[in-house]
Order: sequence, then C-alpha cells, then structure tokens
Amino acid sequence: MDWVSDTVKSIQLRQTLTQFVTLGMVLSSALIMWKGLMCVTGSESPVVVVISGSMEPGFRRGDILFLHMSKDPIRAGEIVVFNIDVHERHDIEETYILTKGDNNDVDDRVMYNRGQRWLQQHHIMGRAVGILPYVGWATIIMTEKPIVKYIVIGALGLLVLTIKE
Amino acid sequence: MHSFGYRANALVTFAVTILALMCGMASLSDNFNSPSPSAHVQLRISNSLTPFTHLSVLNINWFQKQPKANDEVSMTLNISADLQSLFTWNTKQVFVFLAAEYETPKNSLNQISLWDGIIPNKEHAKFWIHTSNKYRFIDQGSNLRGKEYNLTMHWHVMPKTGKMLADKIVMPGYRLPEEYR
Repeated sequence: MDWVSDTVKSIQLRQTLTQFVTLGMVLSSALIMWKGLMCVTGSESPVVVVISGSMEPGFRRGDILFLHMSKDPIRAGEIVVFNIDVHERHDIEETYILTKGDNNDVDDRVMYNRGQRWLQQHHIMGRAVGILPYVGWATIIMTEKPIVKYIVIGALGLLVLTIKE
Repeated sequence: MHSFGYRANALVTFAVTILALMCGMASLSDNFNSPSPSAHVQLRISNSLTPFTHLSVLNINWFQKQPKANDEVSMTLNISADLQSLFTWNTKQVFVFLAAEYETPKNSLNQISLWDGIIPNKEHAKFWIHTSNKYRFIDQGSNLRGKEYNLTMHWHVMPKTGKMLADKIVMPGYRLPEEYR
C-alpha cells in the first residue's frame, strides 16, 4: 500500500491538515474564552449588544454591555438584562421585579408573558456593569442583513485555508 | 511577509488594541474622582391611601382572575440635590431616581421607584424639582396605613466607556398617614 504512505508523507497533505488543525484550535480557544467568561461573570450571556433604543441616551443601539450576575438579590435601580422564557423554580424566597426602559413611557409589562406582572430572579440574565460604545454595530449588521454574515464567514474561511505560513 | 494583506492585518490589530487600551484608561481615570453628593426631599401626601380595584380592570392587556384591593399613595415631592461632583470627563449621564423603601409581613423589603430623571451634564446636576410621584406608589397588599418608610435617592453614573458606578443616600424617618383619605 505504497500510495497510502506516500500520500501521508506528502508535504502538501500535511500542510492542509495543519491548517485545518490550526482552524480547529482557533475556534476552540474562542469557545474556551467565551465559556470562561460565562463562569467568571456568572451570566449565561456575559457580553450583549444593545439592539433597541429603549435605554437611550444612556445605552445606544450598537453599544456592548458587560454583564455580571451574582446570587445577591436584585435591588431597585439595577440595570438588568432579562429573558422571559426562563422557567426554573429553585428559590423559595422570591423577588418580584418590575422593569422599565429609560426611553420608554411605560413599564415593560407589555413584554412579559401573558398574565405575568412581575419578573423573578431567575429571569434576570445579568446586571450591566460596563459599556463599550459602537463596537456592537458589527453584530447588528450581521444579524439584520445576513448576507454580510455569509460574505464575512466565507472570506475568513477562504483566507485561513489558502494562506500558507 | 511584506504583502498588503499582512500589513493591513498588523495595522488593524494594532489600532484595535490601542483603542481598547484607551477605553480601559478612560475608565480607570474615573477612579481618581472622589464624589461628594448631597440630597434633600420634602414631601406632602396629597390624595392618598385609597384602596382601589386591581389594575386588571384598567388595562385590557392583563388578565386577572380576581379583583384585589391594593393600597396606593399619591404624594407631592420637593426634591433638591447637588450631584455635580459625580461628573468626570468620561461621564455620559447620571441617572437618578428616588425610591420609597419599607417592610411588610410578606416582603422583607419593598422598593418602589417614585421618580426618576436623567442628568445629561454637570450644569443640570444641581437641581430643585417640585413634582407629584412619576410612578404609582402601589403596595402588594394593604400594608401602607401608618407605614414607616425610607426615601432613598439612588444614582447611576453612566460612563462614555467603561465601568458604571452606582450609589445612594438613605433618608429615613418618613411615615404614611394612619387613615385613608
């Protein structure tokens, strides 16, 4: 089976395999960093992009928010990100939370589930602790115009596979 | 090693790193600011403490099975504060709000936001305002008669970039009337 050993020994194959392994390493490192960030901040989404204008002028569309979550009970005034689809029931001592966007005239009850008048601690994804302006626009553009996302991913994939180190 | 691609890549990476560093330093510079804010609230209970039918009757978005009567208070407030020392060059705005805090048998802590405002710059940070409560003061029950409560002024310093700061001044010793009016 000479042709098998010849193929494996060939430099061309090894270079291509190296590039695939490198790509895999890059993706794994990114995943490790993301999961690590989730551990450190205690939030399932430690970095979020502001999509709506409901907190202007404090947080504009396209800003990036850094979230942190702890077991401390939510108190009035905290800026939180919530998800109404979470349905756990661990706590016996519950907190009842009503939220409102700074730029909205009414509170967020219209956004809650039908018949739901309060949020609970388990609906809160995290408290906003820091902000980085404008950086989130890349994510917004890729979400709202998917064609840009495909172009960027396609170009990146091509670049990684064709550049010879 | 000298192609356009490599040079563009190196340049963009360097630019982004420098930008991130500048944002971090801007945020760190806020630590040098030592704020000394002050606040004072006077209030007068206006038409208050009337038990009313639960909100489900007023708003067809909510579907409630039983009507409940919850205590509600309406009050007129004189709020004055000097928050000028909170502003730095890295401050985008200060979000300030006034909350009533009290204890009931069912809840160890109730916090109701009565009024909030956004202060866009240092000039507006020293203010005096005469207003009725912007948000309804409604209890989860009928616990408000004769209730002792604190008025706490909270503020959030929201930066242009970096870490946010939140603090408060507690003003204890307020008490609601014993009877409905």
